[in-house]
Amino acid sequence: MAKITLNNLSHSYVSNYTDADLVLRDVNIDWKDGGAYALLGPSGCGKTTLLNIISGLIKPSKGDILFDDKNVTSLNPVERDIAQIFQFPVIYDTMSVYENLAFPLKNRNLSDTEIDSKVREIAEMLELTSTLGNRASGLTADGKQKISLGRGLVRSDVNVIMFDEPLTVIDPHLKWILRSKLKELHQKINRTMIYVTHDQTEALTFADQVVVMHEGQIVQTGTPVELFEKPKHTFVGHFIGSPGMNILPCQIKNGQINFAGQEIQSNSNIKKNNFQKTQLGIRPEFINFSDKGIPVKIKRVSNTGRHKIIDTECSGGTIKILSNASKDIPSGSAYINFDQKYTYVYGDDWIIE
Amino acid sequence: MNKTINQKAWFFVVPVFVLVAFNAAIPLMTVVNYSFQETFGNNVFAWEGTRWFKQILLSERFHDALGRQIAFTFIILLIQIPLGIGIALTMPKKGWGVPVCLILMSMPLLIPWNVVGAMWNIFALPDIGFLGYSLNAIGFDFNFTQQPGDAWFTTILMDVWHWTSLVVLLSYAGLNSIQPAYYQAAEIDGASRWATFRYIELPKMKKVLTLAILLRFMDSFMIYTEPFVLTGGGPGNATAFLSIDLVKMALGQFDLGPAAAMSLIYFFIVLLVCWVFYSLMMKNEVKS
Repeated sequence: MAKITLNNLSHSYVSNYTDADLVLRDVNIDWKDGGAYALLGPSGCGKTTLLNIISGLIKPSKGDILFDDKNVTSLNPVERDIAQIFQFPVIYDTMSVYENLAFPLKNRNLSDTEIDSKVREIAEMLELTSTLGNRASGLTADGKQKISLGRGLVRSDVNVIMFDEPLTVIDPHLKWILRSKLKELHQKINRTMIYVTHDQTEALTFADQVVVMHEGQIVQTGTPVELFEKPKHTFVGHFIGSPGMNILPCQIKNGQINFAGQEIQSNSNIKKNNFQKTQLGIRPEFINFSDKGIPVKIKRVSNTGRHKIIDTECSGGTIKILSNASKDIPSGSAYINFDQKYTYVYGDDWIIE
Repeated sequence: MNKTINQKAWFFVVPVFVLVAFNAAIPLMTVVNYSFQETFGNNVFAWEGTRWFKQILLSERFHDALGRQIAFTFIILLIQIPLGIGIALTMPKKGWGVPVCLILMSMPLLIPWNVVGAMWNIFALPDIGFLGYSLNAIGFDFNFTQQPGDAWFTTILMDVWHWTSLVVLLSYAGLNSIQPAYYQAAEIDGASRWATFRYIELPKMKKVLTLAILLRFMDSFMIYTEPFVLTGGGPGNATAFLSIDLVKMALGQFDLGPAAAMSLIYFFIVLLVCWVFYSLMMKNEVKS
């Protein structure tokens, strides 16, 4: 078990790199021992690279990795004592389930009795006991993924367990089961876990702290609630939430926000305006219909069962509104208000607080 | 679902049927025909029953040729399969080295068989060939035209040179299809290089290796052109493998009956070994 610190980490896959070649730029992370963390971002944002750097499969171009304040940057995965579960299940086809689970321990020269007790304990935890004697290649995808997970869990010296989109090949109805199993395991064994995913539901349900990545940078680290209520970057705004945050162009004059010809009150404290572009961010959840306010035209109402998503248009652009399914929605023209507490101004995509 | 019954559709099969008949079935049946009869030319045939089969199966000459053939195939498989896998493992996975290696590896496969035989014949000649001359110069008494051991050595070396590439290319393709995550997982599990090979690379190469072994078995078991040009089966009968012996019997001695019986026995051995080997390899596949 270990706390993990990343200092000014940058990486490029080419050796003579320029700034444009960086897939990770200036990543700084401080993770507590025993926490559950998620790296969230779209494909190509650098999250898998970051994970492979932490596990030691890739050496970073710049920066340091510390496990419990010990610099491990130059160590390989075995020396770092980490476990990693990959996107698709990696199992040793010719071995039985038991041999698969015992493999990492055998390589570390543990005695047979030690191996046996450890393997049986983990098999019990993962509900694999009845299949221990079977050939691993005959199991279903979720069973195989459990074996991959089990190979990480059998080792008691593991500093951190890393998951690289581990539920990609699992059937939807089993995803829930496996995900809650993971959460339960985390509470039981209390090891640091890092979970990489592009699926916000997976990240938000698994992790205490979610790190949102965008184009090789960390744009925000926070609890699921923080990410939802106060996105630090417009990317977090529209990546998290369904539908995402409304990001609307606005003008700032004399400390006042002007949007669609109206003066808007926000939670941002605008002192100066030296930005190339300024935008207003408001989540669809925090917009209400009213007697007066911003005039909009209702374009479309879609009912998802629990919510209604309303597409509206005003002179400032299109605005999505989320409202309770039981509420009546005005048709044609209406007026809307933004909840000041959840309205933020973004200067060049970063929040103004 | 109702099946449509249309007997006329059989006509569509006729061209294939005729083609197969003329290029396989009829020639094969001619051989079968010869194998049960004695002929003195002029289309005069006399029924002999299974005499030729008994004669071949009991003849020392056939036993010797078969023994040499099995030994040859066994030795070249024993060398070529591990060597091929070994070379494939050391070949670069990316960069400019990939096309260079692939082209170098393909070269021997592109050379016509009789050219390979002629090349090695000259190469190994003790008085003028580079290999033969060099071996003698450093103190070996090497002469493949007179000493059976040297003839075997040269024939095997030639076959290894000619055909190991095929095993390399197949193994390389198999190795390249392994996802990097398998290697990463093995690294994390603390697997040694040997364990990575034994539990990841070898099982993942199983299908291409089955193919490689089958192809190399068939080709080497039926080898004719190269040893014919290199040694002509000699010295004596030292390198007279089945096919060389067969041609000697059929065209040299014009013993068509026994030669036909031997062809059929030869054919059934190849068929049987391939079938047994393939079913054994695939049996595990079905189970898992």
